Amino acid sequence: MNLKTSLSLALGPGSAKGGVRHWWQQRLTAVALVPLAIWFLVSLLSLSATDYESVTYWISNPLNTVLLIIFVAVLIFHSKLGVQVVIEDYVHGHAVKVASLVLSRFVHYAALIAGVYAVIHVALGD
Amino acid sequence: MTRGNRPLSPHLQIYRPQLTWVLSILHRFTGVVLSVGALLLVGWLMAAASGPSVYSKVAPYLVSTSGLIIIAAFSFALIYHLLNGIRHLIWDTGHWLRLREVYASGWAVVILAMVLTTTLWIIVLLTWSDAA
Repeated sequence: MNLKTSLSLALGPGSAKGGVRHWWQQRLTAVALVPLAIWFLVSLLSLSATDYESVTYWISNPLNTVLLIIFVAVLIFHSKLGVQVVIEDYVHGHAVKVASLVLSRFVHYAALIAGVYAVIHVALGD
Repeated sequence: MTRGNRPLSPHLQIYRPQLTWVLSILHRFTGVVLSVGALLLVGWLMAAASGPSVYSKVAPYLVSTSGLIIIAAFSFALIYHLLNGIRHLIWDTGHWLRLREVYASGWAVVILAMVLTTTLWIIVLLTWSDAA
């Protein structure tokens, strides 16, 4: 039996029902990022980052291409989840908060597509 | 929601800094910094995808003095966030939650982050002097 009033149900205070999902996604992406970030750092060490040829050569190695796509995607997903919490905690005022959350999502999704596309473009380029 | 002129609880600046909350807020701060870093990483990949003429315009900024300082700051942020993130994941399993363990792992993260960042940049500078 639901003891909530109709008004309470309509306003929907209480759990938003998405917390566990967010928590798990943040942890799983964190776990995945541990080896990926170490791989990325170590790779950069052995890379002459100012040289176009060596950078594109490194990116187009198939193993590096796949790992880079996974790294960029998981990194940006983890970033999206983290920035969302920071906005929810520190941005006050409903309108500004919602606008910030929407903007953060747009930027993250754009970065995701740009990052993944850039890697594929380099990998498939001549 | 309007809160009027109700009294506020004691605010942040009244507390003596403690390792626990300093590392906690540093974790958030480095996280936000790394989000900006992720965008720059995408920018770097886009530059590489845009061809040699665009890349040769971007590349000098990477090795300029300010560029190197920024990259060094990102590397520290990444290493700190990575190590402290592992600390958080261990907490999530229910371990290392006694105050003594929280402090021990906290100092371990601080020291390891500084040692690893320094080691990383010693390797970078040694590799460069070899190449030069």
